[in-house]
Amino acid sequence: MNKPFLVTEHLSYTYPNEGGEVHYALHDLSLSIEQGSFVAVLGHNGSGKSTLAKLLNGILVPTAGTVMVNGLDTRPEENIFDIRKTIGMVFQNPDNQLVSSIVEEDVAFGPENLGIEPAEIRRRVDEALKAVGMEDAKDRAPHTLSGGQKQRIAIAGVLAMQPKCIVFDESTAMLDPRGREEIMHTIHRLKNELGLTVILITHYMNEAAVADRVIVLNEGSLVLDGTPREVFSEVETLWKIGLDVPQTAELLHLLNQNDAVLKSGLIKGGVLDEDETLALLEKLLGGAK
Amino acid sequence: MLKDITLGQYFPGKSLLHTLDARVKLVCALVYIVAVFLCFSTLSYAALLLLTLGLILLSKISVKVILKGLKPVVFIATFTAIINLFWVQGTTPLFVLGPITVYPEGVAGAIFMLIRIVSLVIGSTLLLTYTTSPMALTDAMERLLSPLKLIKVPVHEFAMMMTIALRFVPTLVTETDKIICAQKARGADFESGNLIQRAKALIPVLIPLFVSAFRRADELAVAMECRCYRGGEGRTRMKSLHTRPSDFATLLFFLGAAVGLFFLNTLSNALWLY
Repeated sequence: MNKPFLVTEHLSYTYPNEGGEVHYALHDLSLSIEQGSFVAVLGHNGSGKSTLAKLLNGILVPTAGTVMVNGLDTRPEENIFDIRKTIGMVFQNPDNQLVSSIVEEDVAFGPENLGIEPAEIRRRVDEALKAVGMEDAKDRAPHTLSGGQKQRIAIAGVLAMQPKCIVFDESTAMLDPRGREEIMHTIHRLKNELGLTVILITHYMNEAAVADRVIVLNEGSLVLDGTPREVFSEVETLWKIGLDVPQTAELLHLLNQNDAVLKSGLIKGGVLDEDETLALLEKLLGGAK
Repeated sequence: MLKDITLGQYFPGKSLLHTLDARVKLVCALVYIVAVFLCFSTLSYAALLLLTLGLILLSKISVKVILKGLKPVVFIATFTAIINLFWVQGTTPLFVLGPITVYPEGVAGAIFMLIRIVSLVIGSTLLLTYTTSPMALTDAMERLLSPLKLIKVPVHEFAMMMTIALRFVPTLVTETDKIICAQKARGADFESGNLIQRAKALIPVLIPLFVSAFRRADELAVAMECRCYRGGEGRTRMKSLHTRPSDFATLLFFLGAAVGLFFLNTLSNALWLY
């Protein structure tokens, strides 16, 4: 078990809505995330998942409770710089996070802000561009790249700061399927090769299914927290709060509605893998014969 | 229709002009502009023309591109030349055409004015936009103006604003195109009516464009903060500008050329030329 890297305790964030009454964007959320883990945060619009992302690196300050990043509290102003150095953020719209009209200079923006030596910045920029497979585009202008490529540049920009953790705040939501695949592939590589802690905020179930741990939020509160298998076996709960489940989980859940199938006890919740599902189905069909 | 907008058009290359330090080019461009206004005589204008031709050759940029870049000034150049042709009074008229009298001084003035405007445009665009990347240029400006920081001029912020503006020009152009298409699809008419009606038709384009630009600005600000941006203090740069001997030589050459052009005026007068 790794030591906890990110800890939130009784975290709440409120803002007054139009009627003047207090609205909870997040309500009493206590989480502990270990270093090197891959955590997916699921929830539909307004569930508080983006608020959570902004609370993690001090863009927002908790109304109640605390967020501790690597032992640093996000509330005091003097901690903010170190916290943002540790946690990188990749946002939804790739266009609105690139600063410079030349790719490599954009990637250099973060390390330049940290005050690193020019030679070291150069090395980090080349390394980061290589890590996202965009080393050939270093002299190009961002507007000539595709959405997925721009998002990879944004990731490189964060990587060049050498953070310990990257938060992806619906980073694939505006991309086409191919761009989404590019980004997910990059995220996996970073996680496996660099040992980064990854927090993936998303509403795509199949992206969450590959994480080590899935956290489901609804209206600011924690609903489910566990491995993808555990979480996706709670099909009814997920449906109730307006979320989908991966197709395999849905299929098996629907089959389980049948008394005969249920009695056979072959299907237990939380099967995600397509091969595994297929094997189960074959067994089930064999039993019916 | 918006695809034609080119701002800070840069042609990458490896010529001498491309490899010069952007700060030096910026100063040289200023010296060059001053030099253009120091010309009053045949000899100095001839020298200016030679200097400009020399710059074109050095930049290795095709003459076609450079002539295309002159398009926006064709009207103003012709207009000024014609005004000079008819307005300048001399001693002995060249010919009289009804109420208009043309003097040889007028012809000379018109030609000089043409050379002046054309070299001004060619020289400054060659040095500043064609051979210098926009990023290098903003960087050079920030460094040249950095002494102003002492009197609390926000030089870094200014340069950062330029960088971001350049970055977002293509993005906003594409967006404007999209909004125009969307409004056309809903029956908006941009092509008929008088000038006022057409200007009014642009309002439904501008409002969504502004709203979106503000949203982008907001998101970009958050993204920049997340990347530890705190303003210019304590910031380093990946590409530091280097001044080499060739840069000093160029600067000296330009200063020399400006002085030379000025003294050619005197020589020209001594030789009784215009």
